[in-house]
Amino acid sequence: MATPLESPLTFTNVGKAKWWRSGFFASQTGYVLLALVALFVVMNFASPYFLTQGNLQNVAKNFSFIAIATLGVTFVIITGGIDLSVGSVMCFSAMITSMVMTSISTPGMPGAEWFVHLADDGKTVIANMPGLILLVSVLAGLGVALVVGLVNGFCIAVLGLSPFVTTLGMLSIVRGLGYVVSNGRGSFPSGPEASYFYTLTSGVVFGLPAPFIYLVVLAAAMAVVLHHTGFGRHVFALGGNEKAAALTGIPVVRVKIEVYVICALAAGLQGIIICGWLGSAPANMATSYELNVIAAAVIGGANLAGGVGGPLGAIVGCVLLEVIRNGLVLAQVNSYWQQTLVGVIIIAAVLVDRLRSRMA
Amino acid sequence: MVTPHDAGLAVLELKGIGKEFGAIRALHGVDLRVSPGEVVGLMGDNGAGKSTLVKIIAGNFPPTHGEIRFDGKPVHFVRPIDARAVGIEVVYQDLALADNLTAAANVFLGRELKRKLGPFALLDHKAMAARALELFGELRSETRPHDLVKQMSGGQRQAVAIARTRLSNAKLVMMDEPTAAISVRQVEQVLSLIHRLKEQGVAVMLISHRMPDVFAVCDRVVVMRRGEKRADKAIGDTSPEEVTSLITGAKEAA
Repeated sequence: MATPLESPLTFTNVGKAKWWRSGFFASQTGYVLLALVALFVVMNFASPYFLTQGNLQNVAKNFSFIAIATLGVTFVIITGGIDLSVGSVMCFSAMITSMVMTSISTPGMPGAEWFVHLADDGKTVIANMPGLILLVSVLAGLGVALVVGLVNGFCIAVLGLSPFVTTLGMLSIVRGLGYVVSNGRGSFPSGPEASYFYTLTSGVVFGLPAPFIYLVVLAAAMAVVLHHTGFGRHVFALGGNEKAAALTGIPVVRVKIEVYVICALAAGLQGIIICGWLGSAPANMATSYELNVIAAAVIGGANLAGGVGGPLGAIVGCVLLEVIRNGLVLAQVNSYWQQTLVGVIIIAAVLVDRLRSRMA
Repeated sequence: MVTPHDAGLAVLELKGIGKEFGAIRALHGVDLRVSPGEVVGLMGDNGAGKSTLVKIIAGNFPPTHGEIRFDGKPVHFVRPIDARAVGIEVVYQDLALADNLTAAANVFLGRELKRKLGPFALLDHKAMAARALELFGELRSETRPHDLVKQMSGGQRQAVAIARTRLSNAKLVMMDEPTAAISVRQVEQVLSLIHRLKEQGVAVMLISHRMPDVFAVCDRVVVMRRGEKRADKAIGDTSPEEVTSLITGAKEAA
């Protein structure tokens, strides 16, 4: 039912924004990235060790330890929600993975006959195809994260509870469950396939830490999902105007549940990776990490009011936090200053963005 | 003269529609027929029940009493997309736009164009921008598909919201106060758009406070007061003065 154009549209009153005043360059992520580059330059002069391969590898590994969870929480933040349970989920998933691995690798444990048996010389050998134990235990860890995400999503999207309260409750519930299943003791991934597990989680590939490679792959996937799929478009629409999203027929409930599930899965994966690096899953692992994760997302430009954010911002936020931590250590500053400085940066990053949007 | 109202099948037919919110009776016994290509003005003071009626037709909530027939068939809408699926498009008063998205993204919100890339369906940004530009051209609105809605003027936002209704082959377009917040020139554009919809056989319901607009484009005017339909007259048989007195209650019914 299109009617023909009488004449091509002309733009007499509507100017076009200059390239440096629109898109990435005008975003908080852009500024913070600029600040990060400046920080690299300063650090290079401040400490000769900063730009060494060893230190950079260390930095890359350390920020990868919160960055995958940050990608997940960024999804939630874009919809205008918040997930405070990520730290607890990291711990719980890590714990379940390591306990399942230990359990199914121990002959005599229920179900273990599927996976291992005792050889004549008393050694434990793999009964089935190699990799199966690893796969099952990681899936178990991700499985519990999935359940947590579904419960979060159900409470928030279907029951209409506030995301803050729901996930605050879940923070406590999941942490408590972690203590219950472990009886407060840490657990160690062990058995014939534990070495695969350590290689996959804390190994080095082509000079890059394995977690960093997972991070890059996941971030690229997230960029495609957010900007080139219907789901991603709906995530942004939900954060921009939830009522409009519902009126235009976007399945609001489904999208909300999906973002909380993605967030929980990312946290679970993150926990499993951290567990591989630590070599254990202590019951107090990743306590208060949710604050670091949310701080990193916000510094990188995700807006807690919803509608703005992305994978690059999440990573830039994590790198900035880690470079500051690393830098303070290298510069031999009292490490107690770290937290204070992180707080200042959170506020400064948001303040710069506010000042800019007021000037525009 | 035979008006479209007398001839042929109604596109929308309401019978005894009523709606209660707890103890509050928002609508009572509303009957209404809208024929294809007919422009009906829906008028009434604040709280007269116009918005409730529009929301019922748009599928925001079901009526407590009564029956809705669309294209001759009884329909029951649970969600707005149910109404949209049969061919009812709404321009909401607050426009229902996501500020953080571009004009093109808003036009296609909820029905994005996609292209297949292997097993994945990715957004077809190019096609959406091109179609959006075409629609803005029809509306004579200087709106760039790639601009963020956040940075737009009231008229541009209105154009984005109206462009949305033109995506599908809507049979009924309802506009809630489309001319309330825009410039004189843009009012002309909106009214000429309503004329074009009418020419194509699309029925239009115009909810408006602006008497001149209603009398400029409508075939018929329906006046609501205190949740009831008080008048339903061809535009030629009434006058702005009569409609005003019906709205205020100076005249009870006509």
